[in-house]
Amino acid sequence: MARSWAELLGDDETAEAREEERRGFFGRLRESLSKSRRALGDQLAAVAFDPGDSESWERLEEALLMADVGVPATVELIRRLEARADLSDFNEALAEEIAGLMGEPPVLNVHHSPAVILVVGVNGTGKTTTIGKLARKLHEHGRKVTLGAGDTFRAAAEEQLEIWAERANATFVGGERGADPAAIAYDAIQAGGDVILIDTAGRLHTQTNLMDELAKVRRVIAGKLEGAPHETILVVDSTTGQNGLQQARLFSQAAPITGIALTKLDGSAKGGIAVAISHELGIPVKLVGVGEGIDDLRPFDADDFARALVSS
Amino acid sequence: MFDSLSDKLGAVLGDLRGRGRLDDEAISGAMREVRLALLEADVNLEVVRGFVERVRERALGAEVLKSLTPGQQVVKIVHDELTDLMGSESAGLKRTGFSVILLAGLQGSGKTTTAGKLARALKAEGRTVALIPADLQRPAAIDQLEQLGASIDVPVYRTDTKDPVRAATEGRERAKADGCDTVIVDTAGRLQIDEELMGELVRVRDAVRPTDIVLVLDAMLGQEAVNVAKAFQERVDFDGVILTKLDGDARGGAALSVRSITGKPIFYASTGEKLDALEVFHPDRMASRILGMGDVLTLIERAEQAASEDEQAQMEERLRKGQFTFDDFLSAQRMLRRMGPLQGILKMLPGVGSQLADADIDENKMKRVEAMVLSMTPRERSMPHTIDGKRRQRIARGSGVSVQDVNQLLEGRKVMEKMMKQVGKGKMPSLPGMPKMPGGGMPGMPGMPPQQTVAPRSTAPGAAGRKHGKKKSGRR
Repeated sequence: MARSWAELLGDDETAEAREEERRGFFGRLRESLSKSRRALGDQLAAVAFDPGDSESWERLEEALLMADVGVPATVELIRRLEARADLSDFNEALAEEIAGLMGEPPVLNVHHSPAVILVVGVNGTGKTTTIGKLARKLHEHGRKVTLGAGDTFRAAAEEQLEIWAERANATFVGGERGADPAAIAYDAIQAGGDVILIDTAGRLHTQTNLMDELAKVRRVIAGKLEGAPHETILVVDSTTGQNGLQQARLFSQAAPITGIALTKLDGSAKGGIAVAISHELGIPVKLVGVGEGIDDLRPFDADDFARALVSS
Repeated sequence: MFDSLSDKLGAVLGDLRGRGRLDDEAISGAMREVRLALLEADVNLEVVRGFVERVRERALGAEVLKSLTPGQQVVKIVHDELTDLMGSESAGLKRTGFSVILLAGLQGSGKTTTAGKLARALKAEGRTVALIPADLQRPAAIDQLEQLGASIDVPVYRTDTKDPVRAATEGRERAKADGCDTVIVDTAGRLQIDEELMGELVRVRDAVRPTDIVLVLDAMLGQEAVNVAKAFQERVDFDGVILTKLDGDARGGAALSVRSITGKPIFYASTGEKLDALEVFHPDRMASRILGMGDVLTLIERAEQAASEDEQAQMEERLRKGQFTFDDFLSAQRMLRRMGPLQGILKMLPGVGSQLADADIDENKMKRVEAMVLSMTPRERSMPHTIDGKRRQRIARGSGVSVQDVNQLLEGRKVMEKMMKQVGKGKMPSLPGMPKMPGGGMPGMPGMPPQQTVAPRSTAPGAAGRKHGKKKSGRR
């Protein structure tokens, strides 16, 4: 069942609060995913799955490809399903295998103080918004948060993060437009706090000079605080196609990615690229964004994700 | 990296090519690979089906089977079909007396940045442009547009209101009253399934009466691209697309799909972060690029923009003399830098696409070579033959490399000069190891990617000179 923030952060929490949070999440994710006009389940449910029928398998393959799961992960899922003796509850079996590909429930490594989380990604995936919401959640869970506005490139990025800092009661560390993002990261760690979230400018993974800059930001963080950054989160837009794999690969070369935040899952895109990234690169999805509200950033739950993906 | 569309098609069709004769089985195998490659490239599944079917039919047709080189025939068929799919010629915005361009798209597709780029491009055409922010959703979106506007000296008409329809209409009226002939309206990003926001977009549309509605589309979109385009087409309709983030390793699958499903042309492609990185979209070139046939035309255009007229004249002079000193080398290398990231440039060269994995190293090699050249005295740079053993040692120490590296650089320059002489005589230079680029195809050159890229580019001055003249007269 859905994971709570306390579980993601490795905190203790009362069972009651946990239940409350879970119900909200499950409902919301289900609701948002079912909005998609042709949920995977619809396509499959139209004709009952028949393991002996090659057309059924073809339909499954196409449904997975249409969800951006990609060829290798699709082939693997089909291989695993074929290996199963019992496919009487097909949707259940598919959900299990998808969840299986996505690995163990992840934990956000925030148990150092200070813990540094570096947030990276290509342009327009929702990095700044994700950081804002994460800051708010961490604040709600008793952490003192510092935000480092390392996106010194995009016009008005700093203003955007500052608005979020106010909403999350966080210390804000910024710099001039065009300033060295590594210096801002340094200052943010210097400013202290329980969790230090560092925003970076969106960059395409093919821009060597910008990836070098990112590697430098990471080096400066590591030099300033041993063991940092404790998390490097790659923000991936759910509508992203197979290029998401390249993003994860190349970003990892500059700053090893420890987790994915899958955003904009409230559209009709199914975010299948997350399955591909987990499967091929072994990088877990840790957070999902399911809407515009501040509570719409959620701990990722593979089981729920898979279930929402296949049920209608 | 063996996973770009052009690589895969290259591998598949290379297979066919090796056979000499095509049988049914070979074609089926190839079509399966084409299908997978297109899916990996995010081409929509339905588009892929139709595409593969058409290619197969034509491949099985008489024109191929009778041909002596059936493999190459298939390459041609795939290319033709791709070009067909992309549309045959460049399309553009309407240029009327008073133009209103409405930008729409998903969140994060790059609307606001595109608004700035478009404003800059239209201003350069001589239009009097204004920007109107109607994105009242995203925090700081208006600030962003104002900063963009200030940097390109284009006025931004903001209205303090929570109503995007009012913001758009008032901005439009004020801009018109101030004598602007082109207004660009930036709207809030929205999910295509959000009825409320789509309804709002329709109201903005009806209020500002756009001459062109442009859908801003992320080139990295997956299968969803088609749903997005269809939804926008049904609700607001649009006249064309601006494709963003094409400077990544996005393979153009979204562009293919959207073009094929909606029939709408792609006006521009955004190819970088800087505000001048907006290019007219050329469907035929895109098809060639997808097939790994290179994009030499774009390369020449970029070289032309990167080089000042003086530099172009100098290059032509050098070519005639068949000289290539280290001074020339430095200016060529710097020009190359101005053309953008090396990877993007290499991608445009025919036959280079599949070697891109090594390109990272090359940026470092380029720096090392530059360090060596900078360690030379001006006299050494202009008269490389005077560099004797002692001088080589000094240069090696000065740039932190071994004497062997310096020797290799000096040898490489000689090879380069020979090539320049050939070009100067009007021959195409033979490029040793050209297809093997950029791993160091040239005999032992430590940093020869710059030289090798210089080679095809060095044909530019002549071509560029001609094109330059043409462009100028076209503008009037």
